[in-house]
Amino acid sequence: MAKITLDNLAHSYLPNPASEDDFALKELNHDWEDGAAYALLGSSGCGKSTLLNIISGLLHPSQGRILFDGQDVTHAPTAERNIAQVFQFPVVYDTMTVRDNLAFPLRNRGRDEAYVAERVQEIARMIGMEDMLSRKARGLTADAKQKISLGRGMVRKDVNALLFDEPLTVIDPHMKWELRTQLKKLHHDFGHTMIYVTHDQTEALTFADKVVVMYDGRVVQIGTPEELFERPEHTFVGYFIGSPGMNVIPARVDGDTAYIDGSGVKLAGGYAPLDGKVEIGVRPEFARLSQTEGLPVRVHRVEDIGRHKIIRAEVLGHDINILADEDEHVSTDMNRVTFDASRVNVYANDWRVAPKGEAA
Amino acid sequence: MEKTVNQKAWFLVLPVLLLVAFSAVIPLMTVVNYSVQDTFGNNQFFWAGLEWFSEMLESDRMWNALGRQLMFSGIILAIEVPLGIFVALNMPKSGVWSSLCLVLMSLPLLIPWNVVGTIWQIFGRVDIGLLGYTLDALGIDYNYTQDTLAAWITIIVMDVWHWTSLVALLAFAGLKSIPDAYYQAAKIDQASRWKVFRYIELPKMTGVLMIAILLRFMDSFMIYTEPFVVTGGGPGNATTLLSIDLVKMALGQFDLGPAAAFSLMYFLVILLISWVFYTVMTTLDKRES
Repeated sequence: MAKITLDNLAHSYLPNPASEDDFALKELNHDWEDGAAYALLGSSGCGKSTLLNIISGLLHPSQGRILFDGQDVTHAPTAERNIAQVFQFPVVYDTMTVRDNLAFPLRNRGRDEAYVAERVQEIARMIGMEDMLSRKARGLTADAKQKISLGRGMVRKDVNALLFDEPLTVIDPHMKWELRTQLKKLHHDFGHTMIYVTHDQTEALTFADKVVVMYDGRVVQIGTPEELFERPEHTFVGYFIGSPGMNVIPARVDGDTAYIDGSGVKLAGGYAPLDGKVEIGVRPEFARLSQTEGLPVRVHRVEDIGRHKIIRAEVLGHDINILADEDEHVSTDMNRVTFDASRVNVYANDWRVAPKGEAA
Repeated sequence: MEKTVNQKAWFLVLPVLLLVAFSAVIPLMTVVNYSVQDTFGNNQFFWAGLEWFSEMLESDRMWNALGRQLMFSGIILAIEVPLGIFVALNMPKSGVWSSLCLVLMSLPLLIPWNVVGTIWQIFGRVDIGLLGYTLDALGIDYNYTQDTLAAWITIIVMDVWHWTSLVALLAFAGLKSIPDAYYQAAKIDQASRWKVFRYIELPKMTGVLMIAILLRFMDSFMIYTEPFVVTGGGPGNATTLLSIDLVKMALGQFDLGPAAAFSLMYFLVILLISWVFYTVMTTLDKRES
């Protein structure tokens, strides 16, 4: 296990990247703390797999360094980094038995058979495949195969980090939950540094201590699930996390009030004058329909999704979503909307601006 | 609901039936016809029963030709399959060079059999052929018209030159279908190059390799033109393979009865081997899914 440091790291798939747009992964400095569970969250093509492959050494970065516990491994091959990685599609060696599959990484490193047998048995118990050990891996179901891949990743005790590249994509929903719980437990029991790449926010938020949100080749926010929910540092985070995502409405901010087309919205604190594209972000959870106060709203439709209702509406020409509790009454004369002032965030050019007085 | 019965539909398959009858069934039946009769000319035929079959089965001639044939097919498979895999493994996987390799490798496959035979017939000649002349000049005794070993080497090298590409192309297609993740996982598992081949590449190529082996076996088992053009079956009978022997018997000696019996047995052997291959391949497929 090791602390992984990314120092000025960037990567481009082009041989001579000219502008910043050519980089699949933009310059990045970050420490992955030893023994923590991270989720790397972002939409497809945002550079998360690139970052993962750089850490595991399958890809060499165009610039910058990677350090494991302070030791430079930028040019070290994958095998020397002692990393385990589980891929999106299960990789099993079809012609081998489940047992040989699990033993493969250990045997390749020349461990003695007694130790191998013991470890394989242990891992098989962990992934619940003890009774399948002598079976050929060919013809197993996708989730059994993915469990073997997971097992192969965990069979080595001394790995520096365990990397997961959307490992549950091909797994049935109920198995997803079970495997994720198992992973979480393994992390708890053995304390490996884990990095888990996904585009599924539920997976990310339930798995990780800290979530790293990436957008367009850049890390836009690193934080706990709560931080991401309450204070998204970038409009993308607000939009990507939460269901439905945060409402982002163009506005003009003056002191402690935001104006949407001239109508005022109270903010939690005062703001210095802002340049560029100014928007306010408010999560659907913190918007409420009202009969008497707030901005005029036109409700388009109400979607009842069981635990709560999603109200699709329009405020001064901007689409917004409002979340109401299941038993909350929604009537036709509710044509106003109010926002919880302490939950309204202000964004300039997509990045969050802290109100005066808030510790940065 | 009751099924609609309309026997007129049979007329729709009539053209195909006629086509198959004229192209396959009737010619085959004439061979069957010859194989059970004898003639002394004048287009008069006598019933001979299974006599020709037992005569052929007892003659050394057919067994020797079959032996040579099996040796030929065995040797070319033993060379072409590993060589084809080796070439496929070392081909560039993408880019301009990959396309160039593919085109260059396809070239021998596009040359007509007769021309391939002629190329090697001339190439190997001691008086004017580049290969034969060079070997002769180097003091190596090489003459495919007189020396059995030289004749065999020539026709085998010729077949390897002509057909290894086919195995390589099929193996290459198999290799290309392996997702990158497998190689990456192998790297992480610290698998050696040999283990990557043994546990990833070879299992993924099994399907296409079976097809390659089947195609090459059948083709080489029926080969006629190329060795005939180069050696004419000689020196002596040294390179007289089954087809060559059959043509000698049927058209050279005009022994229609024995030749017909010979071809039927030849046909059945090929059918039997194809069936075995087909069965093996489909069970493999089933196991895979």
